[in-house]
Amino acid sequence: MIVEFGHYALVLAFALSLVQSVVPLWGALAGDDRLMAVAPPVSVMTFVMVLLSFAVLTNAYLSADFSVLNVLENSHSAKPLLYKFTGVWGNHEGSMLLWVLILVFFGALVGFFGGNLPKDLRAATLSVQGWISTGFILFLLATSNPFARVVNPPLEGADLNPILQDIGLAIHPPLLYVGYVGFSITFSFAVAALILGRTDAAWARWVRPWTLLAWCFLTLGIAMGSYWAYYELGWGGWWFWDPVENASLMPWLAGTALLHSAIVMERREALKIWTVLLAIFTFSLSLLGTFLVRSGVLTSVHAFATDPARGVFILVLLCIFIGGSLALYAWRAPALKQGGLFAPISREGALVLNNLFLTSACAAVFVGTLYPLLLDAVTGEKISVGAPFFNLTFGPLMVPLLIAVPFGPVLSWKRGDLLAASQRLYAAFGLALLLTLFTFWLWGMDKVLAPLGVGLAVWVMAGAVAEILTRVKIVEIGPRRAFARLVGLPGSAWGTTLAHFGIGVTVLGVVTASAFQEERIETMRPGDVVELSGYQLTFDGAAPRRGPNFNEEVGHFTVRQGGAIVTRLDPSKRIYTARQMPTTEAAIYTTGFSQLYLSLGESRGDGAVDVRVYFKPLITLIWIGCVIMALGGGISIADRRLRVGAPKPSRKRPAGAPAAAE
Amino acid sequence: MTRKQRRLTLIGAAGAVLAGALGLILFALNDQIVFFQSPTDIADNAIAPGQRIRLGGLVEDGSVVRSDNAQVSFRVTDMENAVPVTYKGILPDLFREGQGVVTEGIVGPDGVFVADSVLAKHDENYIPKEVAEALKDKGYWQGEEAGEKTSAN
Repeated sequence: MIVEFGHYALVLAFALSLVQSVVPLWGALAGDDRLMAVAPPVSVMTFVMVLLSFAVLTNAYLSADFSVLNVLENSHSAKPLLYKFTGVWGNHEGSMLLWVLILVFFGALVGFFGGNLPKDLRAATLSVQGWISTGFILFLLATSNPFARVVNPPLEGADLNPILQDIGLAIHPPLLYVGYVGFSITFSFAVAALILGRTDAAWARWVRPWTLLAWCFLTLGIAMGSYWAYYELGWGGWWFWDPVENASLMPWLAGTALLHSAIVMERREALKIWTVLLAIFTFSLSLLGTFLVRSGVLTSVHAFATDPARGVFILVLLCIFIGGSLALYAWRAPALKQGGLFAPISREGALVLNNLFLTSACAAVFVGTLYPLLLDAVTGEKISVGAPFFNLTFGPLMVPLLIAVPFGPVLSWKRGDLLAASQRLYAAFGLALLLTLFTFWLWGMDKVLAPLGVGLAVWVMAGAVAEILTRVKIVEIGPRRAFARLVGLPGSAWGTTLAHFGIGVTVLGVVTASAFQEERIETMRPGDVVELSGYQLTFDGAAPRRGPNFNEEVGHFTVRQGGAIVTRLDPSKRIYTARQMPTTEAAIYTTGFSQLYLSLGESRGDGAVDVRVYFKPLITLIWIGCVIMALGGGISIADRRLRVGAPKPSRKRPAGAPAAAE
Repeated sequence: MTRKQRRLTLIGAAGAVLAGALGLILFALNDQIVFFQSPTDIADNAIAPGQRIRLGGLVEDGSVVRSDNAQVSFRVTDMENAVPVTYKGILPDLFREGQGVVTEGIVGPDGVFVADSVLAKHDENYIPKEVAEALKDKGYWQGEEAGEKTSAN
């Protein structure tokens, strides 16, 4: 009965979304305040209804109600409680419900906190948001009902895919979805602006915090997914250029571009038309990701049940939203007035350059991801586009962008002076050069690109630090007074510095972990020793162990460095009993920022096992950098000047910030 | 600079970056993509030595031989032809005799396929799409049961 109640709540949410799609927009166009006022309460009620239905599904999972088909197929009574809970979104229907829940949550946030928005903009935005939720709730109800019942329920469920039985499932999908779906608000704002025919600096002011919020979560979601794949799959890789990963990288690239162009629009009223287009693109790419993952065109751990009806439905939704918004754009964008002239060498110019490279890189990823699908559909020829393609296209596009990153914040608005800007970066350049030479000296000439990569990473990091230090005039006024100024800097300044510093950290991790990694693959018998990067690994033997819903064979290893025991590692091979599915559990030893990674292959029967050991120098920096980036974004959101409804930035700049404070 | 010059500079810079990106993409598409082949494809048309391909099919029953140093050799078959494969490394969890597999690498001069990656993906019912279709073409595919199992996940 409770389950049917959840289903019914979802139907109600659908009806409410329909109302939200039509009535407020009608009000906005007719100038009727009462119709516009419908939007906020309806958006909040839709959220409540979807929340109810999500709670009902969660309850079915926690109580292991196998009369619900979805629970039967994806749960097991012996599964640990945490995985019963996270299993709610460890399948197609449940994760789609989570997706919709976050979607209507964002709608409710705008409805609830949008009091400072112009009435018609709020109404139109919520209506557009209503179209999206109508489409996706209908998708759930029509093709992916999570509440379908089974007539004669069996006593035991089929269990969750063992790969997903991990703390990662509790973190990765929700973060990623908040990121993906968060861009829906930006999209709705853009479409609403097109419908109403006006965008201005205030619009950009409104959009930027939402974009930042979505971007921060997407950054964390991608980083978490990468780390999860790294430790769970046992291959020691952190990025595979898999279409599903690319599907999340594309909105990230477009979103990063949007973040930067929105700054230009907010400050200088320039790039309006472009910013609106980027807002549409970013969410369109999120939708494309959803389509790729859910339609069954790909096979991966993310592709749950494949049902052609679902693929077609999402494809139709995709065409309506992307085609419709782009058609609207083509029709209405010329009406938006352009403003704000600037010289090519200026802050605006640097931000345009940033946008150019980011969108080109995004296009490269787009082609690499979709070309094989297209070729298969048209000619039937099967190809795979892997890491070599992306290294050759994405890499060269990122290098000039990274070189340019430190210059952006030190250039002034409107008309900048490249020479004066470079002077502020001498120290950073010197440091980068020094470390490049040091890496050359350390590793010799056999790796040419790696030291340059290290130099590039240091350049980006040091550039970020140099920018904020010269902003507070540390050389002129001395460290003590400069420190006081640093504390007083606006959040968005710190945000920029941290985000740029973070990207440098990530790049450093990527370069060192790929160029200087050491790998050994050996067949080991008890007592055998493998030597790698100054560590000696001794295999002490293997023993079986029982888990709650799996059996495993655990290999015991002792790691020594110069004779002294550093740590013990226990990687294992598990067999999950319900599905009879094997998984590899790698054992990882973290030392500083580097990691020793050990995974087991199949056992040979005579006590010998295949072992794969990696030493990955500074690899954790890849994810730490992402966290720093997201932190920068978070600090930027908290900036009072960006806060929604805050008064226009006062002419008086905070002490220490030069005229070009940003 | 005049307004017009500024605009031209901007458009010029944008054009240069986009042209560069396009050039890179086309070059890479020409050079860096890997074609999927079945054992019959390999038997039928000679593949240029040193060309990377993806070889997909079923792991032939009883063909897996493991030797020391994590060396493995096995045969990939599409029930008509079979190609011997060698690989050094840890096989994926779902690698089994009689199951679908996709390997990537180069055919050596002796006709042995030297793989540097072996994929047998995340699902116990997973048969790589390409392999399933290649087998269907040859009529060796009993898709109904497997298809049902897949949708039960």
